[in-house]
Amino acid sequence: MSDTAERAADVFGPPPGGRAAGGNGLLRTLRHGTGAFLRQREATVFVVALALFLYFTIDNSNFLTHANMSTLLSGDASPWIILAIGEVLLLICGEIDLSVGFTFTMAPFLMYFLITYDGFPAILAIIVSLIFGLFVGFVNGFLTVTLRLPSFIATLGTSFVLYGVVLTTSHGEPVDVPASAEHIGKFFGNETASAWGWSAIIWAVVLVAIFHMVLTDTRWGLHTVAVGGNQLGARESGISVARIKYGNFMITGLLGALVGLQVAFYDNTIDPSAGGYTYMFYAIAAAVLGGTAMLGGAGTIIGGFLGALLLAIFTDGFAIIGISANPLFIIFGLGILAAMIANVQLGRLREAGRT
Amino acid sequence: MTTAPEGQAASASAGGEVLRVEHISKRYGAVTALTDINMHLIHGEVLGLIGDNGAGKSTLLKILCGFQPPTTGHIFLEGEEITLKSVDQARSLGIDAVYQDLALVNQLSVYHNMFLNREKVRWPLLNNRSMRAEAAKRLDDMGIQIPSVRAEVAQLSGGQRQAIAVARSVYSNAKILLLDEPLAAMGVKEGAIILDLVRQLKQNTNVSIIIIAHNYGQVLEVCDRVNLIQGGKITLDKASSETSAQELTDLVVAEYRRALEERQRSA
Repeated sequence: MSDTAERAADVFGPPPGGRAAGGNGLLRTLRHGTGAFLRQREATVFVVALALFLYFTIDNSNFLTHANMSTLLSGDASPWIILAIGEVLLLICGEIDLSVGFTFTMAPFLMYFLITYDGFPAILAIIVSLIFGLFVGFVNGFLTVTLRLPSFIATLGTSFVLYGVVLTTSHGEPVDVPASAEHIGKFFGNETASAWGWSAIIWAVVLVAIFHMVLTDTRWGLHTVAVGGNQLGARESGISVARIKYGNFMITGLLGALVGLQVAFYDNTIDPSAGGYTYMFYAIAAAVLGGTAMLGGAGTIIGGFLGALLLAIFTDGFAIIGISANPLFIIFGLGILAAMIANVQLGRLREAGRT
Repeated sequence: MTTAPEGQAASASAGGEVLRVEHISKRYGAVTALTDINMHLIHGEVLGLIGDNGAGKSTLLKILCGFQPPTTGHIFLEGEEITLKSVDQARSLGIDAVYQDLALVNQLSVYHNMFLNREKVRWPLLNNRSMRAEAAKRLDDMGIQIPSVRAEVAQLSGGQRQAIAVARSVYSNAKILLLDEPLAAMGVKEGAIILDLVRQLKQNTNVSIIIIAHNYGQVLEVCDRVNLIQGGKITLDKASSETSAQELTDLVVAEYRRALEERQRSA
């Protein structure tokens, strides 16, 4: 609902407030354009992220370098972005997945076991690991939709189960990425091979573009919003609420597995302490910072993307200007709160500004 | 059962019966909600189903829209007996209920709501342009005024929302519309939107409408005929022109008096 010009074209009556009030054409367009931009839910997080980005760029010459941008985007932002896509979809349809961080942890181990102990070719092992992500999503859907557990509890349960399986099977020890998978791994992301250093963020951007389209321009997206906005109404109009929820859990699981594999390839190690609740909470924080409502019915993929970028700029920038790791969390926490307060208050202004 | 021969003759000229209900009763355990309902709906007619809270209006509505089955009785749609098994099935037969709040998704635009689960698609994407144009035309034809079909439903007034819910049902080729308390919680201006819409529908479409209400003054204005439901039975069936809000009020007040006397006797 961004371009106001077309909106004016299909007028039924004149828009409230009348159109005669604005000055000359250009000024009105500008004012209209700015207003339309600020009315977007993502506006706040975009402005905050941009301001921080500029601040770090000016403050420290090491920030805007090829190496640091690659780390910031591929190393930090990309996993949060991709996980946030799933969480945005789930939050919009009224659910949440706390287990996605452990799907992340489990997937590369599964690939490792399949290659190392079962002699799977790397590509097949990767595909099976991705299918495993879908399966975890299916189980979460089954617990939530079919057995009617609240998704918060259901996915908390699957979280612990998955973590237990990871620790049991790996004996809590990290392993190396199997040599046969390293070649394919570059496409997913690799920190050391500098040309491939950008592949993780490219994946993230492409996935954001695809799922943005899915959410805003397909029946699936529309029905996801409808289910979260008015579940009874959605069911009344014949939408299969179960199908939408199962589907979004499975998309989230798939993306969780993908990110797990990516990070393993990027770091060139498979670590039982990777992923987990930390990544999951960063993803949910990114979604909510980007304007996704915790209660469902509203949110955007672009918002999640910007939210994750903001978190990454924050983490990376404060580290680079020399704030040590421990107090960084204080600033980080306060930063999230500040961004969120801005979001909520501006949202209130937006509501009040509507006619 | 009171019938008004004149009223029937008048409406019979408008076309045949689209719906007939015979000896419907509904019991929930020991509670009898409907004792013996007999009613009919003429093609293209607007029927006001009026009664006090607890008279059985909602129960009858739930039966007619397929939400729950009657304990006994028969329902005929265009002369053929039907068994309503679900809301979906009733809808596929052309019987659609419009509720006050349940219908719309506030976060979606007007046109997305109007096409919800019947979206136009140019695979894999939604054909928004075509849906917008058609929704705009449809609402314009019905005389429903809203700022824009792109507006989020949350931005609209109660009357506009109700109007859009009604428009959506008509659009889905409903033959019979059941409007549940369409004027409840609505001011005069808002209510006028709905009454106007009902008039428009009567003039321009073939849809037959049952308006369920306990506030009769305004409803009488748009109805061809009124059925008063009291204690699970239809106690009055008259053309709107032959009754008045006063008569209906008197009947309901008389019922209150009886109930009061009964209480005092048993006390």
